[in-house]
Amino acid sequence: MTTEALRIEGLRKSFGSLEVLRGIDLVVAEHEVVCLIGASGSGKSTLLRCVNLLEPIDAGRIFVQGDEISAEGVHLDRVRRRIGIVFQAYNLFPHMSVLDNVTLAPRKALRVPSAQAAAEATELLARFGLVDKRDEVPDRLSGGQQQRVAIVRALAMKPDLLLLDEVTSALDPELVAEVLNVIRELAASGMTMVIATHEMGFARDIADRICFLDEGRIIEEGPPRQVLTDPTQPRTRQFLQRIIEAGRL
Amino acid sequence: MTTSGGPQAIAGGPPPVPPVPRRRSRTARRATAIAVASTVLVLGGLTWIVVHAPNWPEVQQDFLNGPIFWSSLPGLIAAFWLNVKLFLIAEALILPLGLLIAVLRGLPGPVFTPVRGLATAYVDIFRAVPGLVVIYVLGFGVPGLGIPGVPNEPFFWAVVALTLIYSAYVSEVYRAGIESVHPSQDAAARSLGLSRTQSMRHVILPQAVRRVIPPLLNDFIGLQKDTVLVSFIGVVEIFRTAQIKQAATFNFTPIIGVALVFIVVTIPLARFTDRLVARDKARSSAGVAR
Repeated sequence: MTTEALRIEGLRKSFGSLEVLRGIDLVVAEHEVVCLIGASGSGKSTLLRCVNLLEPIDAGRIFVQGDEISAEGVHLDRVRRRIGIVFQAYNLFPHMSVLDNVTLAPRKALRVPSAQAAAEATELLARFGLVDKRDEVPDRLSGGQQQRVAIVRALAMKPDLLLLDEVTSALDPELVAEVLNVIRELAASGMTMVIATHEMGFARDIADRICFLDEGRIIEEGPPRQVLTDPTQPRTRQFLQRIIEAGRL
Repeated sequence: MTTSGGPQAIAGGPPPVPPVPRRRSRTARRATAIAVASTVLVLGGLTWIVVHAPNWPEVQQDFLNGPIFWSSLPGLIAAFWLNVKLFLIAEALILPLGLLIAVLRGLPGPVFTPVRGLATAYVDIFRAVPGLVVIYVLGFGVPGLGIPGVPNEPFFWAVVALTLIYSAYVSEVYRAGIESVHPSQDAAARSLGLSRTQSMRHVILPQAVRRVIPPLLNDFIGLQKDTVLVSFIGVVEIFRTAQIKQAATFNFTPIIGVALVFIVVTIPLARFTDRLVARDKARSSAGVAR
């Protein structure tokens, strides 16, 4: 039996009078890669931020490996250490070297000794071709390199689950591939991931399952081939039609 | 710089677009000439008006008396060391206290409402009350209570008063800096499992403080000048020394001496601040261009 990495039940979230998530149910198995697709404003980013507890939720429950993280009195910092998130705009710390960006959380949140944190970070950076950037500040790196560093920074916490929020949307087209390759490698190594993306080709290649979000609900989900080539819902068909017209699939 | 650097740059290496620097240096030279001419004209005109004023000889005698200036200057400089001690000790206390107040004001959640309220009240009050009044109340009032163990030296209360006044201003500078750091930085830190305090300490504050160094230096210049206010509670610093000399000679020249000492100390710091601002600007615009 495969264990559940993530279970979301009846998740609702509003910003003021705007209801962004209207009852999301989603189960992600361990080692599974789930891609969230849907138009801008459909709730993909909000869903990921809720799972990471960066946004307080209005209703519903969230479990990570069977533990409810949405319960009252849950230690937020401890939960977040188990869930990595990578943002569209990288959000690296500009006043620190790449190495310090990666080791800060292990050193401060997990109390890993500096030398050990640095050794582990260097190993991770080497794995993703960034070891020569170890001592640079983020501003001196290309967008693709910065996003790879952001992924390494999340991985340094050895998360059970990695959330990726449109991580290639801010990149120049020629830099997208290097970041997607990193994610492919992570998928191959068995990392459980939930990926919000506009890269349909990538989603088709990498996802075990694709969920189509529309107005705060998952209205269609299934294997990539089925959702992308033979969708059952008219809204999904409409969305994919627009994507194809824009030359993105 | 342009005249000596130009030919050298052309002589060595590939030609670096020769006509542009020459034209720029010519316009620059013309601009300098215009600036000098207009300055001479304005200052010369003003001087002429002052010097030809009906009572100029008397004023010159009372405010710009050479012998009295030179005889009072050593005493003024000696007394100025007390001002230096005042503003150095006060600044060393202001920087951490201001930061503490700024952080307290930013604490979230209902639990910290009283703390936030107190910090806000502190900043409001000490920015509202004239500095001289604070100095009077602390310098005369608190020692007047006669509480055993409470010091009554004016210097002590001068430091306390200046620290309290300037910490209020400096905390606002820090707060502006903290608020200028984008919330996504905090989100990134918290998403990694860092606590609120760790995020503040390692991610937000280092960026915030770096950004507010120029305004902090600006407040430091203000503090230096305001050290003369403590002369009113009996600290014999430079201004009080000048007043004593003035009373003895029936001449205001020592007061002009005070002005000159402050100019000599403050202007280099002001230029240094300008350079920091310019450097930051260059750095941030380079970041935008990338």
